[in-house]
Amino acid sequence: MSVIKTVIGLFILLTAVAYSVWLERKVVGHMQNRWGPSRVGPFGLLQPLADGAKFLFKEDLIPPHVYKPLYIAAPMLSVIFALTSIAVIPVGNWVDIAGMHIPLQITDVNIGLLIILGITSMGVYGVALAGWSSNSKYSLLGGLRASAQMVSYEISLGLSLIGVLITAGSFSLREIVDAQGGVFWGFIPRWNIFHGQEIAFFIYLCSAYAETNRIPFDLPEAETELVAGYHTEYSAMKFAMFFMAEYANMITVGCLATLLFLGGWHGPIFGPPILQAILPVFWFVAKVFCFMILYIWVRGTLPRFRYDQLMAFGWKFLFPLAVANLVITALVVALTA
Amino acid sequence: MLHLILFSVFGAICVAGAINLLVQSHPINSALSLIAVMASLAVEYLLLGAEFVAAVQVIIYAGAIMVLFVFVIMLLNAGEEEKTGGSRVALLFGIPGMLIGSVLIAWVLLEHSGTGSVPAGALPGSPKTIGWLLFHDFLLPFEVTSVLILIAIMGSVVLASREEIPAPGAGGPR
Repeated sequence: MSVIKTVIGLFILLTAVAYSVWLERKVVGHMQNRWGPSRVGPFGLLQPLADGAKFLFKEDLIPPHVYKPLYIAAPMLSVIFALTSIAVIPVGNWVDIAGMHIPLQITDVNIGLLIILGITSMGVYGVALAGWSSNSKYSLLGGLRASAQMVSYEISLGLSLIGVLITAGSFSLREIVDAQGGVFWGFIPRWNIFHGQEIAFFIYLCSAYAETNRIPFDLPEAETELVAGYHTEYSAMKFAMFFMAEYANMITVGCLATLLFLGGWHGPIFGPPILQAILPVFWFVAKVFCFMILYIWVRGTLPRFRYDQLMAFGWKFLFPLAVANLVITALVVALTA
Repeated sequence: MLHLILFSVFGAICVAGAINLLVQSHPINSALSLIAVMASLAVEYLLLGAEFVAAVQVIIYAGAIMVLFVFVIMLLNAGEEEKTGGSRVALLFGIPGMLIGSVLIAWVLLEHSGTGSVPAGALPGSPKTIGWLLFHDFLLPFEVTSVLILIAIMGSVVLASREEIPAPGAGGPR
């Protein structure tokens, strides 16, 4: 059972990764008054397949000056850690297929959130080691920036989640979502983002963008200064692995935001039984999709931070804000409990 | 049975990583072996039922502290270490001492096995029980430790910014 779910989960994740690349190119293209990919298939929909084939058949160049074992291992580490965290993410409630009561989740653990945090915190090694083992100044600077940035923003990220944990009283992603069911005054959903965690959501958003090395925090691969940052020396499938890892991380971050702040799979449920079974998953996917669109929108809108601004923003603004949010949430919960 | 096999395998990985850490001459390889040690220790904790400790081990040691190690090695661009023959003191006292120590530990464990042993997973390891222990039974040690860490942080900040404090009588702007 778990094997089937793992295969399906990985297939969906990889397809989503491929098509979020397409989506990003298309949406950013339209924002910049261009068409984006339009040649391969209708609306350029087959572009990801063409890209994949290109990456597979390109010559895999290994520069002579690299430290080979780590140079080869680094993209694999990146993609492994990026794909692993999907294992604990629930995409919906239970379904009954052929008399079996199946949770829509590869594995249900009661410390799901901690496992995701652990896996994502290991993800930095792929980037850092790629930068170091390439033995080139651009790559090294990119790797250094990535490790400093990810360690700094991980603190605010973790602190912003603790508020949610306090209100839900559990580390289990399923229980956190269950705690967000119901509505206020008949129409406002009881999601954490409407339930005193607005600031936490903002902190999470900023830190998550920094953790996934996305604009406006994409200093590790700042093209104007560092050519391509940590993956300057990579080509063919190894480069594609970094690319896949980046988009898989974005999807994980979107899933986590949906589960923790946007009420998971909660949404209006109506219609015949078959529709009622599908709708929760639909709401979940729709929320993740909105989050991805937000990612792309921000990329199309904001310029890149300067490096000192990045560090100042993380340590002098987000970190105190996260601590304040945590203290206030804890006080409110303690006084109303 | 599977439990025991996994436990032995990860124990072996842990020891192999620790030996590799000492044998490797390049700092980054040593740091990576240490990460392998930390990660396999986390798996051992998980197999023993201490899931919270396992997760924290990965997040803090493997994910944060070792990142800083790797960061510093990268920043200093530390190269290969020169191999020396090793000191004679280590050869004469270190290895026998280590052997005696491990024999002693093994003897004590074997002597007292069965008296206070509990099956894996029976000890409190969930986040809730650990939180309860930290904030009720061990509240004072916990808070004192956090004050200690705060002092260490402040000390390192003072040390790092020492140049910017003008020396007394240097005539800096008041």
